[in-house]
Amino acid sequence: MNSLKKWWPTPVRSLFLFLVWLLLNNSVEFFHLFFGLVLAWLIPQLIHKFRLIQPGMKNPGAALRYGFMVLWDIVVANMQVVKLVLGPNKRLRPAFIKIPLDLTDNLSITILASTVSLTPGTVSAEVLALNVGVDEPRYLLVHVLDLADEAELIQQVKQRYEAPLKEIF
Amino acid sequence: MSWLEWLVALLAVAGSLFVLLGSFALVKLPDFYTRLHGPTKATTLGLGALVLASMVYFNFVKAELSLQQLLIALFLFITAPITAHMLIKAALHLKLKTSASTSGKQNADL
Repeated sequence: MNSLKKWWPTPVRSLFLFLVWLLLNNSVEFFHLFFGLVLAWLIPQLIHKFRLIQPGMKNPGAALRYGFMVLWDIVVANMQVVKLVLGPNKRLRPAFIKIPLDLTDNLSITILASTVSLTPGTVSAEVLALNVGVDEPRYLLVHVLDLADEAELIQQVKQRYEAPLKEIF
Repeated sequence: MSWLEWLVALLAVAGSLFVLLGSFALVKLPDFYTRLHGPTKATTLGLGALVLASMVYFNFVKAELSLQQLLIALFLFITAPITAHMLIKAALHLKLKTSASTSGKQNADL
């Protein structure tokens, strides 16, 4: 067990690297399999000491559901942005808003911020502390292309994206 | 043309259209912050559709296994939000001008 840990410190990452290597080459020839295996062993050996331990997923099923929901939202929200872009600039109501965060760990906040940026109409700008001098709680500063109702948007982000993220991690 | 080829054509045209609209937004919107929305987003969907078109074409029309397009999609989805984030952070740091109709400027210290 110990020697397994020593040779393959992060087995999931090794598997991922191996698969990415095969996808990059788009082939399963012996040479690529062999070299992929070498890389999957070597890279984690070199970098695993630098890695920051992140919380594991508690609920992979919820993570998968979350992924599909975000994909769907990207498609729907893109249509809305296209409509806004084609309309006159005067009709836009751009705004900066603060979304208070319940999440505390960095990985889930990163995923939330990326989700907000990927779903059109919103770009996350910064994560800052809500009160001066205290680290928690934090808020997410978001730029919105066309803001109809601030409270509603905050509610939507919290319910649709933050709540499932709390379930996953 | 088989229906698969129609599907490829449809996806490719739809994808290009979204990328075009994203670039159009870059020119047309009033200030830096709103312009960020065009290329970072419409491009996500546009490129997604193009990648899908490529996958359908090689896997089904040409019938040879080709999955490397998945990597393009993966890297795109990881890097696009980070690019947007860095750009808007830099813009806030430089306190770039916002269009007059922007509300909530106090939230961003502008």
